[in-house]
Amino acid sequence: MSSQKKSLGKILFGPILDNNPIALQILGICSALAVTTKLDKTVTMAIAVTLVTAVSSAAIASIRQFIPGSIRIIVQMTVIASMVIVVDQFLKAYLYDVSKELSVFVGLIITNCIVMGRAEGFAMSNNAQDSFWDGIGNGLGYSLVLLVIAVFRELFGSWSLFGQQLVSDEFKREFAQGLMLQSPSAFFLIGLFIWVLRTAKPAQMEKG
Amino acid sequence: MLKWIGKIIRGQHDYVERWFHKGGKLERLYPLYEAHDTFLFTPGETTKGGTHVRDAIDLKRMMSVVVVALIPCVFMALYNTGFQANLIYDTAIEKMQQQQGSSFDLEAAKVALKITPPAEATTSDYVLRVFTSNEKLPNWRMPILEWFGFDWTDAGTFSGNFLSPTHLGKALLHGALYFFPIWLMGLAAGGLCEAFFAMIRRHEINEGFLVTSSLLPLTLPADMPLWQVALGMIFGVVVGKEVFGGTGKNFLNPALTARAFLYFNNAPFISGDNCWTSVDGYSGATGLGALAVKGTGGDVAGTLAQMKGTVAGQVIEQPLTWWDAFIGNMHGSMGETSALACLIGAVILIASGIGSWKIMAGSVIGLCGFSFLLSQVQSDIGISAATPMWHLVLGGFAFGTVFMATDPVSASMTEAGKWIYGALIGFMTVLVRALNPGYAEGIMLAILFANCCAPLIDYCVVQANIKRRLARNAA
Repeated sequence: MSSQKKSLGKILFGPILDNNPIALQILGICSALAVTTKLDKTVTMAIAVTLVTAVSSAAIASIRQFIPGSIRIIVQMTVIASMVIVVDQFLKAYLYDVSKELSVFVGLIITNCIVMGRAEGFAMSNNAQDSFWDGIGNGLGYSLVLLVIAVFRELFGSWSLFGQQLVSDEFKREFAQGLMLQSPSAFFLIGLFIWVLRTAKPAQMEKG
Repeated sequence: MLKWIGKIIRGQHDYVERWFHKGGKLERLYPLYEAHDTFLFTPGETTKGGTHVRDAIDLKRMMSVVVVALIPCVFMALYNTGFQANLIYDTAIEKMQQQQGSSFDLEAAKVALKITPPAEATTSDYVLRVFTSNEKLPNWRMPILEWFGFDWTDAGTFSGNFLSPTHLGKALLHGALYFFPIWLMGLAAGGLCEAFFAMIRRHEINEGFLVTSSLLPLTLPADMPLWQVALGMIFGVVVGKEVFGGTGKNFLNPALTARAFLYFNNAPFISGDNCWTSVDGYSGATGLGALAVKGTGGDVAGTLAQMKGTVAGQVIEQPLTWWDAFIGNMHGSMGETSALACLIGAVILIASGIGSWKIMAGSVIGLCGFSFLLSQVQSDIGISAATPMWHLVLGGFAFGTVFMATDPVSASMTEAGKWIYGALIGFMTVLVRALNPGYAEGIMLAILFANCCAPLIDYCVVQANIKRRLARNAA
């Protein structure tokens, strides 16, 4: 995959449905459980992860010739960690409320397998420009799944979108789906998402 | 005569059969035809491969036996649901009468108890109430009961008269108005899902959903809103069973999966103190709920004898003795209250060879052993101090052990594994009941946990067996 030259469109839009990091590679599940109860949290997280993946991939790709193979993971971690700290500080400065709600999960972008995976799997063997777009594409794939899950969880869990309650209190008391506010529901939703996706694209089914 | 009718039906079936075969106009509906045909007649095909177990009983007949074994529980569900509701309404009205003396107004009392619908109630309110639980809406069952001559003034005749013929008809009728809507809703939702998947995946319709949809209502409180029943059932059938490939491939019991889903998704309707009788606005703990409270000094019988609930400002005493709990004269999910009915079901299941007595015995041993150990330790929480005798009859242990744990698909398969699996259920039940402050009842979570462990238990038993045989042959 890495040696062939891929078109920009494929790099950018491939990860959204054909090679989705969450649905096909089953990476980055932890944050998908943690930050999808409310849409505003989810959007912030999705943008943060997309930016971190893109910029760190580009940075790593541009220095990939100088990284010794034996310590490459450490170097990648350092670059990613620096990016995450920048994003974290930015959120604290300009979006303090959201950053408080996201709490530790912004810091935990460092351990998000998608960021690491793109750095190791793509950026180490491609040029900086392609790596940047690859990071954006994978971030978008991640964001798509997160947004779908968050819409379901916020809508059916608290009958609101972006914090705006859509129904009367009485309706909410009767029809609030309590499970949607708990992490297991994200597992179920990701599972159902993968089910729908693989029914539509049977090539993604695992053999055996 | 019967033979004659059978022949006619057989002929009709043979006549329409060709429509459903490949190329026929109703080809897609073949699973429906097949289900109907094999439900009425013993199928003509037999297994041919070498790996099949050959038995005179097939899946359909097996499921039918389970449904028969459930009949005592269903009867008690109807009776007890109605009995408890009648008792509360009648007692509350009597108490109001005593309090208010000559100024007592029966109509006002009925309005306070929400028996009389609000004046502005419309037909659509009644319809809405069929599917939801909003207590501001009029309860559609009340006009029906009044039409049958309920006047709510039988207080004083209930105490010590559980299961007496005087209450039989009224209690059964009242209970039926709660049980059957839930049962039908579950049946419809489960049946639709099952038929849908059967058609898409071209597998046979499994009568498993008949058992699942009979089990689920028995594990639910009487006034569970119908939309939740449907939702739970769909979740249980789809995520608990069809995702894995249908009946026989599921590792969790679908009915319990449905209940667990509702338990976490719609907690106010299936846990706490407000949901365990059908009476609107009634608040009172179950036996296990009352015992889970701190500060009882470990006096189990005393705590249960002082149980009470409130409705419309009236305090209703609900003393609970061991004998009450055994027969089922207590609050709780509809079918789980009566250990006696479950015992009869257990006898049917064991005698017909459907349910494993090893699993049932194992879980009774696990429950008794661990609760005996706990009861030896001084504790302030009633349920920790409760002896095994209490654990056996309170809550849903009897029902879960007999009907849920013995589900042959999700239980352990190996003979030694069944003992371990059962014991694990008994042990976990007490663990959740007594040591986890969050949940009053533990049997549902215990069985689901053991379901997950069953393949592992089987694997260990098989490996141990292989090792033993190798050692024996090596010597």
